[in-house]
Amino acid sequence: MIKHIIALHSFRGWLFSFGLLAFAIILLPILNIFVPEESILHVPDYMFPLLGKYLCYAMVALAVDLIWGYTGILSLGHGVFFSMGGYAMGMYLMRSIGKEGVYKSDLPDFMVFLDWKELPWYWYGFDHFAFALLVILVLPGLFGFIFGYFAFRSRIKGVYFAIITQAMTYALMLLFFRNNTGFGGNNGLTDFKRILGFSLHNPATKMGLFVITALVLFFSYVLARYIVKSKLGRILTAIRDVESRVMFSGYNTLHYKLFIWTFSAFLCGIAGALYVPQVGIINPSEMQPTNSIEMAIWVAVGGRGTLSGALFGAGLVNVAKSWFTVAAPDYWLYFLGALFIFVTLFFPKGILGIFKRFSIVSKVKESTQ
Amino acid sequence: MAILPFLFISIHPAANLNSLKVTSRFFGFFILVFISISTISFAEASDFESTLKELGNKSRSKIKIAVQKLGELGNPSALPALDALKAKRLATTEDGSLVILNESEDQGTDALSGKKLDIESLKLRKPRINNSVRRHLSTAIAKLKLNSKDSAVRVEAAKSLLKRSSSEILPLVEAILKKERIDKVREILSLVLAKQYLASEDRNKRLESLDTIKKHGGIDFYRSLEALLEKNEQGEFLEDDSIIRTGAEKALASIKQRQFFVNQIANLFYGLSLGSILLLAALGLAITFGLMGVINMAHGEMLMIGAYTTFVIQNIFEKYLPSLFDWYLIAAIPSAFLISALVGIILERSVIRYLYGRPLETLLATWGISLILIQSVRLTFGAQNVEVANPYYLSGGIEIFHGVVLPYSRIAIIIFVIFVVIAIWALLQKTSLGLQVRAVTQNREMAACMGIPTHKVDMWTFGLGSGVAGLGGLALSQIGNVGPELGRMYIVDSFMVVVLGGVGKIAGTVAGALGIGVINKFLEPVSGAVLGKIIVLILIIALIQKRPQGLFALKGRSMDS
Repeated sequence: MIKHIIALHSFRGWLFSFGLLAFAIILLPILNIFVPEESILHVPDYMFPLLGKYLCYAMVALAVDLIWGYTGILSLGHGVFFSMGGYAMGMYLMRSIGKEGVYKSDLPDFMVFLDWKELPWYWYGFDHFAFALLVILVLPGLFGFIFGYFAFRSRIKGVYFAIITQAMTYALMLLFFRNNTGFGGNNGLTDFKRILGFSLHNPATKMGLFVITALVLFFSYVLARYIVKSKLGRILTAIRDVESRVMFSGYNTLHYKLFIWTFSAFLCGIAGALYVPQVGIINPSEMQPTNSIEMAIWVAVGGRGTLSGALFGAGLVNVAKSWFTVAAPDYWLYFLGALFIFVTLFFPKGILGIFKRFSIVSKVKESTQ
Repeated sequence: MAILPFLFISIHPAANLNSLKVTSRFFGFFILVFISISTISFAEASDFESTLKELGNKSRSKIKIAVQKLGELGNPSALPALDALKAKRLATTEDGSLVILNESEDQGTDALSGKKLDIESLKLRKPRINNSVRRHLSTAIAKLKLNSKDSAVRVEAAKSLLKRSSSEILPLVEAILKKERIDKVREILSLVLAKQYLASEDRNKRLESLDTIKKHGGIDFYRSLEALLEKNEQGEFLEDDSIIRTGAEKALASIKQRQFFVNQIANLFYGLSLGSILLLAALGLAITFGLMGVINMAHGEMLMIGAYTTFVIQNIFEKYLPSLFDWYLIAAIPSAFLISALVGIILERSVIRYLYGRPLETLLATWGISLILIQSVRLTFGAQNVEVANPYYLSGGIEIFHGVVLPYSRIAIIIFVIFVVIAIWALLQKTSLGLQVRAVTQNREMAACMGIPTHKVDMWTFGLGSGVAGLGGLALSQIGNVGPELGRMYIVDSFMVVVLGGVGKIAGTVAGALGIGVINKFLEPVSGAVLGKIIVLILIIALIQKRPQGLFALKGRSMDS
């Protein structure tokens, strides 16, 4: 088992991965705590939720890459799984506010505002973190499994599947926008106070969440790497390339597709759950078709079919987004639109693809010399 | 006429003096003025004019009498002045002539001659009225209107009587009912009577009323009928006549049934209307999807471009051809088509053709294009919705039943869509381009081998599809808001149409679009708009289990199609 895991990467690859992990969970906190604020090396407090947000996006990109980059199924509805995880976490955080809300009621503020007297049944249990955790781990995957079962069973694929997933996220977005659905409607869930007793306004909690996110991302990466390097992973790639041939070879592609789809939804749900306490809000706009389709472009920019590319792409696009929306908000959509067009037209393998091509070219040159 | 004896008596100088002595001076003076004016009015031939002037009197009771009299005289030219008095827009000058003010009260016309007056120079005083005068006013106006020669005016008057009737107008209504010929007016007037007689003492009249209500009544009779069936705290009926009660029950049931029926018709109509817009949006999508296997995510933006083209054409007409303004829509039809088609062709030539055989990448690239188009429109026209006016021939609607109006604009859209669908069908079935499109849709390689220029076919088809979407945008501009995000609202639904209807056959798209439109509208009252959408989505996914290629699939042998 351990042999298998060690074999996932070359020595250099492991060194790089652990190096990044150590940078995130050891070096950054040290730079925050022990380096004086005047120093240029000091990492300010506000960086941790921001970086944590990027890491959550990177995890989403990982999930999208597994299903799209490796299996060739483009989902435009991953925002749903992300939001499911996020809402489950948000509900726990809402319940842990207790009576400190604006209305000093035991119920969440928006319910008081709607003049509800009792907690709806689907909010039961969210007082306990363990229950919320269970929902986070099970619900997105379960929903993905059911949706995927019906979709893959009737052999919906390609653009058909893409637009059906888009319709799914659109429909759920509309559902969550309703006040009567019981998830805060337009405003969503916000004004969180604490998680597991730690105040969310405390910088240490934020740093802790960031470190947890980094660790979870690392383990998901290793797990995803394990999957794509296994025999299962190779069948997934085969399904991507010629599905009918895989079927004729005697594989039931439904099982493979369903597995990776469910796993992808599961990862996405966890990412959503980690995202909410760091960003402090979850609302239905996370389920906008726009958001889900942006997830695909993260992967496309970084490089499909390479896990590290997905992580890299998510980071790059989101850093660009953060910069643009402050510096030139009117042109962000132009940039994003152009990104969609140029990456698909000219860099189908993404940025990592360009690097690889250069390295291959140089290797070939070396060998011929 | 009832004041005549009184006039006669008071004209006697002796009696007059006596009354002056016994009553207060002011009251006497009052009567004196009244008498003098009334005497003149009866003496002179222009009875009408002077009565009209009386509307500006300081005394409310005089106004009341004048109003009653105007109603009896039956001259419809009193209507503007009466309406103005009711709306508190009537004023008198110092010399007693009446002025009708406009709504913003900065212009005035003479009530008799209709000439425009310079109201700045006049000292105006508004006669004050109270509720009793107002009641008389309503009756007089109704009376004049019911005597109008125009049947539409009579219908309007009858309707306003039905809304607020009083027992005072019963004789009037009965008299008019006798000579009225038009069924529609008779129907409403009989309802007016029924509404009054329902509360009367006469049992036969009440039963008769219930019968009329059963035949013609609308939802506004719900409450009065339900009141007849109410019970008190002991569980006894407030209405002790059981025959009246069963009559009321029957009337209630028949109104409910009629209302249900009418609602279904309205749902069907609005469903068809939504479906026809979806059809315009989805037709191009389905054709290009069938032809090239790609989904154009920027297709919704073609709707938006069509709508904005309509907006621009409207503005051009407003500025340069104000006399022909109402016909801008006719000019907008080819413009919307051509401009959207042009954008579509540019899109196909510059991006999509390089992505042939990579449908998922096409999807992402066209999404990028849609972002750029939306942002460009937002920066050019602003993020706010723009106003596109209905020309006069599309404003208003037909009232098919009490409270159910079918707007002309929606009817026009349905007819327009029928024409477009027939045109597309003819284009695909009867022209050589259509033949080539069908050939490429069936088998691209084989068609290319037979010498069909597949890339040109792609280009023209893409242009056609985009142009049709542009027409959809034009149609949308007539019934909804035009904003940069216009396309986004309809695009998911039109994708669903393509998924449901399958590709390559117009019949499939038509069935898919109308089906989704109608189901949506029928589900809306039951489950709300949002749940309706979700149910439709679930239905589509369920249907795909049975028919993965959509409702009307082309039969083929290809495994991966």
